[in-house]
Amino acid sequence: MAKYILKRVGISIVTIFVLVSVVFFLARLMPGGPFNDPKLSATARENLSAYYGFDKPMFEQYLTYLGNLIHGNFGFSTKYPSRTVNDLLAGAFPYSADLGIRALCFAISFGLVFGIISALNRGNKIDLIFVIIAVFGTSVPDFIMGALLQHFFAIKWGLFPIAQYKGFSYTILPSIGLGFYTMASVSRIMRASMLEVVQQDYIKTARSKGISRFRVTWKHQIRNAIMPVVTILGPTVAAVLTGTFVIESLFAIPGMGKYYVESVQNNDYSLILGMTAFYGTFLVFCNMIVDILYGVIDPRVRIGGK
Amino acid sequence: MDNNILEIKNLQFSFRTYGGVVKSVRDVSFNVRKGEILGIVGESGCGKSVTSQCILRLNPEPPGFFEGGSIKYRGEEIITKTDKEMRKIRGTEIGFIFQDPMTSLNPTMTVGKQIEEVFVGKGNMTRKQKKERALEILRLVGINEPERRYHQYPHELSGGMKQRVMIAIALVGNPSIIIADEPTTSLDVTIEAQILDLLMELRDKFQTSIILITHDLGVIAKMCDRVLVMYGGKIAEKGTVDEIFYETAHPYTAGLIKSIATLDTSKEQKLVPIDGTPPDLFAPPKGCPFAARCEFAMPICSEEQPEDHRLSEEHICACWLQHEYAPKVSVMKGMEVQK
Repeated sequence: MAKYILKRVGISIVTIFVLVSVVFFLARLMPGGPFNDPKLSATARENLSAYYGFDKPMFEQYLTYLGNLIHGNFGFSTKYPSRTVNDLLAGAFPYSADLGIRALCFAISFGLVFGIISALNRGNKIDLIFVIIAVFGTSVPDFIMGALLQHFFAIKWGLFPIAQYKGFSYTILPSIGLGFYTMASVSRIMRASMLEVVQQDYIKTARSKGISRFRVTWKHQIRNAIMPVVTILGPTVAAVLTGTFVIESLFAIPGMGKYYVESVQNNDYSLILGMTAFYGTFLVFCNMIVDILYGVIDPRVRIGGK
Repeated sequence: MDNNILEIKNLQFSFRTYGGVVKSVRDVSFNVRKGEILGIVGESGCGKSVTSQCILRLNPEPPGFFEGGSIKYRGEEIITKTDKEMRKIRGTEIGFIFQDPMTSLNPTMTVGKQIEEVFVGKGNMTRKQKKERALEILRLVGINEPERRYHQYPHELSGGMKQRVMIAIALVGNPSIIIADEPTTSLDVTIEAQILDLLMELRDKFQTSIILITHDLGVIAKMCDRVLVMYGGKIAEKGTVDEIFYETAHPYTAGLIKSIATLDTSKEQKLVPIDGTPPDLFAPPKGCPFAARCEFAMPICSEEQPEDHRLSEEHICACWLQHEYAPKVSVMKGMEVQK
């Protein structure tokens, strides 16, 4: 198991390195630069370039950047001259992370429960209701979902605040809006997987042992059915995180989404890189956790002994 | 008659499907005696697995349902029991060995846990007692290093080993009957012999009755005391092993025996298949199910179901050829040379 984890960690580090390198050069390939403002004089532009080190050879810049990155230093933003990328991240990330985690918790717990209930009631009305919810959830995009939630729960019924992020009641609508798609897909996958597992021979074996129906479902069916859900959790985290861009602007939440979009528009090299490296590392980390979790749940994945 | 621990009378079991009702088991009667090995033989889809799973009520209900008949285990009616009552019988009174050990074990649970699970919710054994019993049973079914295997997962074991674990699961609760549904079909021949020997040993040791389901007449000849030959959801012929092989009365049984390849069969010689396909159980024929494929079929065969004709105390054959007005033919025609 230790060897398996070590291998996963190694692969993750290489992935992040490749990601940062590619984005570093790709950002430079974009037309224009960070100091495109026509109001700036040529000398001012040169001075700024020299100040940020953009006049040095590309490869030297790259090495310097990597060196700083290892120390966790993302450099200065060119758009917000007095602030480091680290500052910006530190200010915005807690909002995005908080929202993301809430959305994920909602999505996974409700998705699993809905999927299980749906599968256990296969073919009857309860199943139908959950299937409709799932189809609705997977086919409605998040900006419409968010707007619908605002319309009904905030404006019409006044149950929750419509925007901003200042306390628990503020978090509910954006979390549901962000997590609904994931909730629906988790529930669909769990339902399908439950129905597949119940056909397996080992379920019959379990029944032949004379154990309770609950135990058969819990220990034999759900445990095996949950595998495909764990597999999609990695990409799911990605979906939830990218979803924050839309939901954050819809609910006026001061998260990272806003900076990310702006950084690309402004050719703010260090902010683009910082955001990408940060998101990338986060995603790779999530995938790594999923891989390790997979090994914990399914003994067959534990390659190379214990 | 006190010897009978399981009595099945006129069992009828069907499945509701989108295409209609499939009558899988149609009027099957037999009994199982203490300490005997009863073979059930027949081709795929003849109802042998469904019959055996009826005994433990393992067929999914719905869509499956009983249309009639009774299954009595030690005098208790099985068909009317609730799932909760059935739990007391499953595992501890009647054990079940499934066909495919590769897929019949839960991949996410250790071997030991899967064996011990039989005791969950029954009696009050301590964890240590359960483990000891599991290890004892692993040793009994011939698994080496039981201590190590106990903590292993099914994917770490070979096919033969997995089948031994399946047998251990069926056996650990000390059942009086073991139902083995084609226990060796997915194993290679040498392992098959070992597993069959093991089953016979267990029978001799514990006087456990075994219902052995197979489509291999060789296995039947080697293992069984009595045999049921099933066809189209019904019993075509039943009797002792000797009666089935040497006094074959039903043309279907004869067909099965004729289609076996023996070592004497030369390359040029063709095997004798039974022509045609089994009957459609959505709409079972009104006469004998085998009539359409039977070389001796008479007009009455497709008109009326044959009665059971008792040929000896054990030997019963459901075939119109046994009727007193029927022409006397030898169903084993063509096989005399080999004897």
